[in-house]
Amino acid sequence: MVAHLNRKRRDPVRTRRKVKTLKINGLDVSGTDEQTILEVARENDISIPTLCTLEGLSNIGACRICLVEVEGARRLLPACATLIDEGMVVKTKTPRVVEYRRKLVELLFAEKNHYCAVCVSNGHCELQQLAEDLGVDHIRYPYVYPELNVDATHAELGVDHNRCVLCQRCVRVCDELEGAHTWDMMDRGENTRVVTDMHQNWGESKTCTECGKCVQVCPTGALFKKGSAVGELEKETEFLPYLKVMREEQ
Amino acid sequence: MIPDELNEMAEEHSQKQNSFAHRIHVCAAAGCRSSGGEKVASAFEDEIKERGQTEKIAVKRTGCMGLCAEGPMVIVYPDETIYGKVSPADVAEIIDSLDGSPVERLSLDSEMPFFSEQTQVVLENAGRTEPESLEDYIVAEGYSGLITAITEMTPDEVVNEMTKSGLRGRGGGGFPTGLKWSTVAKADGDKKYVVCNADEGDPGAFMDRSVLESDPHRIIEGMAIAAYAVGADHGYVYLRAEYPLAIERLKKAIRQAKRAGFLGTEICDTQFDFSIEIRLGAGAFVCGEETALMASIEGRRGQPRPRPPYPANYGLWGFPTLINNVETLGNVPTILRKGGEWFASIGTDDSKGTKVFALAGRIVNTGLVEVPMGITLREIIFDIGGGIPGGGNFKALQTGGPSGGCIPAQYLDMPVDYGSLAKVGSIMGSGGMIVMDDSSCMVDVAKYFMDFCRTESCGKCIPCRAGTPQMHKILTKITNGEATHRDLDILKDLCDLVENTSLCGLGQTSANPVKSTLKYFEEEYIAHIEQGECPAGVCKFKRTGEVINGCSS
Ligand SMILES: Cc1cc2nc3c(=O)[nH]c(=O)nc-3n(C[C@H](O)[C@H](O)[C@H](O)COP(=O)(O)O)c2cc1C
Ligand code: SF4
Ligand code: FES
Repeated sequence: MVAHLNRKRRDPVRTRRKVKTLKINGLDVSGTDEQTILEVARENDISIPTLCTLEGLSNIGACRICLVEVEGARRLLPACATLIDEGMVVKTKTPRVVEYRRKLVELLFAEKNHYCAVCVSNGHCELQQLAEDLGVDHIRYPYVYPELNVDATHAELGVDHNRCVLCQRCVRVCDELEGAHTWDMMDRGENTRVVTDMHQNWGESKTCTECGKCVQVCPTGALFKKGSAVGELEKETEFLPYLKVMREEQ
Repeated sequence: MIPDELNEMAEEHSQKQNSFAHRIHVCAAAGCRSSGGEKVASAFEDEIKERGQTEKIAVKRTGCMGLCAEGPMVIVYPDETIYGKVSPADVAEIIDSLDGSPVERLSLDSEMPFFSEQTQVVLENAGRTEPESLEDYIVAEGYSGLITAITEMTPDEVVNEMTKSGLRGRGGGGFPTGLKWSTVAKADGDKKYVVCNADEGDPGAFMDRSVLESDPHRIIEGMAIAAYAVGADHGYVYLRAEYPLAIERLKKAIRQAKRAGFLGTEICDTQFDFSIEIRLGAGAFVCGEETALMASIEGRRGQPRPRPPYPANYGLWGFPTLINNVETLGNVPTILRKGGEWFASIGTDDSKGTKVFALAGRIVNTGLVEVPMGITLREIIFDIGGGIPGGGNFKALQTGGPSGGCIPAQYLDMPVDYGSLAKVGSIMGSGGMIVMDDSSCMVDVAKYFMDFCRTESCGKCIPCRAGTPQMHKILTKITNGEATHRDLDILKDLCDLVENTSLCGLGQTSANPVKSTLKYFEEEYIAHIEQGECPAGVCKFKRTGEVINGCSS
């Protein structure tokens, strides 16, 4: 049977309202009401720097790197977690937001030890790339550099908390796509850490399926495959959107 | 319960009350309890029993009478004689005096501004009724607002009454309550929830605790009215575990209300169903933020998420949810009983009704007061509050806790309303007021609040997690006499960054204490930096700039 004959005619008013047009950096663009500013921007080759968001995972608006100006909004809005709206006027590159992004990245570098020269992700690191793109050439804040643990109890995988930017990607991929929910967050403020299970050693985790997705989504060298040498670890994330679609269809 | 039964019950109970020649009310709220109120109450009971006067004199354990500094407080009705600092040893003397003149030595002047200048709406029953008695609440016209709402009004009419009242949220944001209710009422959802935010985390604030301890039925009634108006059938009270007495009393009140048919199914023989559950918070300040609070109720980590979507559209488990503060909901029964117009007649144009404040710091009458909006700061501090002890000079008033600011002496005659407080760089907040005199160092005050934000940050977003420690470190450097002008510049710059890029209100407002002290007391910062001295004498430096005492966190 021909599928479309079976369909009820859609409500014309609602159908029309689903598509929204807006302006990003002066360019007229459009998208559906389920798309975020970031998605529509990317479709139109407008790049907005990001860190915590990753296609295929839920958007939590944590890192604030993607903040953009929206006319009429009281505050800056995270492009990754804000749906588009009719008539929106978005600016992604004003001196103000560019400066804020740079300072946020500097705060990250000052918060923990991100010494690239000895890192497995050197050269393939999203944080490093972000700093380069934003022109971060010095850190105006004093370094904190707390001495944090490395959990190397797992046979193949490890976590170096000194490199963790707390983007929560590992937490989300493990929960949303793998369904294991091995990772979670512990404590608060500057003491916040990602933990496996109820803060057990990774090697003793009862829930970890050893799928390695967390390592692939980690933007820095915090989650790593053991045995990688400096600059050797390259990560793969392209599989995520497909996995997400497959999960949803199940 | 139907209206006739309610009247009957009220009639019967008030006759019984009036059959006593004297009623001795002993404050049994947390403040007076900690100064020995419970011992005083039992001493009264024992003494009365011994004298065989249990038919003549009643003892009641009531809610907070406000003047916690004078605790344990006792008020004798019907004469309304007020006693402060009562000890079990004074009990016999007070009973002896009942038919004669009051015990001079203990009595407080009921005409004193502390009592006479208050206007009590939310606290109208506090100190007058027994929090653990449903009958007492009903005699005080309790639950009549709910009955009027569900038997005589449509949900829309209830929402309109709230809009007419002009009530604004008392949880800190000041969002118009009627507007919030109508948004939730209009939202699509198979299910809707009402949440009472009783997380009260501001340091020094205890308004919500007092309302819950003094008059728990008021919150149940307020939530039920709200549920009827927005179309919800289930509610949560998110109550911090550090308030055991409030938890106990609210639990008891919920049981009583269920038994009397004010909660449950087909309430008062109508189609309206409503039930309430208590969820205990584990003491994280950020869990008072509405999206973090909902995550916590759902059993997830209490961390905020970006809004929109607002809880009104996407709340608990994705369903439309109304979140209101304890004090906001505490106003609701009275508004329904006396009408929105009556409520709007109190206060100013932009701020209607009354506000409860917790007075603390360098002030004679520390405690809880409820005043009409528009009253001046001077009236609150010097009339009601009794001024500054020991003849110190007023220096600044801190309002709004870690999200608020310090208001200097030149604004003492400013009216208290949402707009005016915001204009001078502070906020109404939830109602904490800390009075400071010459003995306070403003940099030290800013450092205290920054330390609070730093440790209470949830750690999710970069600016708040990594920015507040940087600001706190600079403030510590200043109070240690080790800072330079460059540090001060970085501090100002961080204020701007954290305020404008943080995800939730905690980070967004964390710079307010610094900004307001810089605005009015920058010379104190400069004195620390340039002269290596603390004008208030709080921070003490050695020549090397090392701290010898104070300011050493
Ligand atoms: C960090 C933070 C803490 C908060 N804590 C509380 C609180 O303890 N109690 C409260 O009622 N509201 C608190 N709020 C405000 C709530 O998010 C929310 O606005 C309020 O409960 C709404 O109720 P209202 O409209 O009746 O004021 C807090 C907000 C933030 C950002
Ligand atoms: S501002 Fe602070 S409390 Fe709020 S989400 Fe960010 S880190 Fe958490
Ligand atoms: S990428 Fe949008 S907040 Fe992190």
